[in-house]
Amino acid sequence: MNKSTKTAMLYGGILLIGLFLPQLLPAFQTQIAIMWMMVVFALTWDILGGRMGYNSFGNIVFFGVGMYAAASVQHELYFDIGQFEVISDQFNLQLTPDKYVFGLALGSVVGAVVTVALAWILGIGVLRLRGHYFAICTLGLSVAVGEIAGTIGYIGAGSGMAAPVFPLAMGASGQFFSYYFFILMVVTFFSLKWLYSTRFGLAINAIRDDEDKAEAMGLHTTRYKIMAWCVSAFFLSFAGAGFGHLNGFIDPLDVAFPGATFGVWMILMAILGGKGTLWGPVVGAVVFHITQEFFWTTLLGWQRVALGLMIVVVVVFFPMGIMGWAREKWPERFGHAVEGKS
Amino acid sequence: MALILEVNNVSKSFGGVIANHDISLQVPAGKIIGLIGPNGSGKTTMFNSIVGFHPMDSGSVRFQGEEISSLLVPQIARLGLLRTFQQTRIYGQMTCVQNMLISLPHRNTGIAHMFRKFQPESLEKVDHLLEFVGLFSKRKLMAGDLSFGQQKLLEFAMALMNDPKLLLLDEPTAGINPTLINGLIDRLKRANAEFGITLLVIEHNMRVIMNLAEHIYCLAHGELLAEGDPAAIQNDQRVIDAYLGAH
Repeated sequence: MNKSTKTAMLYGGILLIGLFLPQLLPAFQTQIAIMWMMVVFALTWDILGGRMGYNSFGNIVFFGVGMYAAASVQHELYFDIGQFEVISDQFNLQLTPDKYVFGLALGSVVGAVVTVALAWILGIGVLRLRGHYFAICTLGLSVAVGEIAGTIGYIGAGSGMAAPVFPLAMGASGQFFSYYFFILMVVTFFSLKWLYSTRFGLAINAIRDDEDKAEAMGLHTTRYKIMAWCVSAFFLSFAGAGFGHLNGFIDPLDVAFPGATFGVWMILMAILGGKGTLWGPVVGAVVFHITQEFFWTTLLGWQRVALGLMIVVVVVFFPMGIMGWAREKWPERFGHAVEGKS
Repeated sequence: MALILEVNNVSKSFGGVIANHDISLQVPAGKIIGLIGPNGSGKTTMFNSIVGFHPMDSGSVRFQGEEISSLLVPQIARLGLLRTFQQTRIYGQMTCVQNMLISLPHRNTGIAHMFRKFQPESLEKVDHLLEFVGLFSKRKLMAGDLSFGQQKLLEFAMALMNDPKLLLLDEPTAGINPTLINGLIDRLKRANAEFGITLLVIEHNMRVIMNLAEHIYCLAHGELLAEGDPAAIQNDQRVIDAYLGAH
């Protein structure tokens, strides 16, 4: 069996899983949706963290901004915001399916534009920092943005904001969003696969390995760094838009900007799977999400302890992650020659 | 002969240490010029000032008649003035071929250019230059797995890939196996003759620099001590004293 047949079978298998898993396991539809979202988290974090060597703790900012932007578009389209603020408790955000989907689509796109613009502006300042300074600054950013969102009346301030109610039966939202996130994941994966095969991919690798050398060779390092952050923000914004609608209620700290959960998990998943590899974030996110849910079900009360233990074991024994470990074991399969075999 | 690089009265101090004091150099286009001096005499500082790695205290640097002392490192590099590092710097977690590809000139500033695939002629150029420095058989290895000497050769090939007009080489033969040094001198001369690249070379190995350079500047204690052709420098009593520690 040659390599392209194997690749086709792999992609075909994933497509089948994406299409039929929600049907086979109807009780887990929401979990499946979140699993695909986790893959998007890990993939987008890996652009900076794995490929460019910039460990960002602030990517969650783009998730939340996309979420708020999409929900705000729904409100602006179909409701009077002033009325919403006054009687938010009794307010019923019921829409027809057409309106709902149109609003979500438009909201996602508007959210992406707003988020990319934000990433651009933030990037001009923040991406001047390197190493630990960049990490700390982005950490501060993710904390600050949640607090700031809690003060803006337009988006419900600290008491949060309701996304429109899903127009079909209660259970159907899981199915709808399992496809939303599956498509988002596939598009993200292939976009990144293509990006990494262009000059952009090598340029951000070069920045990771030696930024001073890259500058000395004339690379437009600032431009590449900002572009990488914008790509990351773009896909995260769609994830945020979907998750806000799936969850139905947007709390600034727990849903939109949950730095301590999603914000940290996206890093863990990329490291677990193997940062800097194409499949690493995918594998890492799936393994992480399933393990996490498994611990939650079987070890209730100790689930975070078990999860923490698992992370420690991974970092100590597989610092390169699952795919990184595989790459070291079978370098030829990843296109790297070994000494003497060239 | 037209000057490609003109350094006029450049001074640079770090705190109380005067690394360069009022130094002037001229590099004519197409030549190989040497820069020598005992350790700590300010040679690398001179390089750093020329390529914009740090701001200089006073003086001017003109490249092809254009003042470049206020430009940033990547801007200067894109003009065609490139340097290699004394502590060899390559992209360790990328293969040799990838190292070479990303060293293609970055003079095109369009956004679309950032997302272009590499052209077949670029890949041919990579193979050709890796062959030129003798690393073709190692092309698929991670650059970080190469020996120090091989990394130096790779860095040199990466510089050639960038089509520079003037290349500043910081100790190109340091750490290289003595039997390979002759091959390297030959390659530097060929790069100069075949690709028309002007070279300004810092070197400690006297045999190498006397063989290579047509004109040599000697620094000591941050000041220009002597200049002249290799024979004159070799017999200059001040240069001999500086190297033997009479200063």
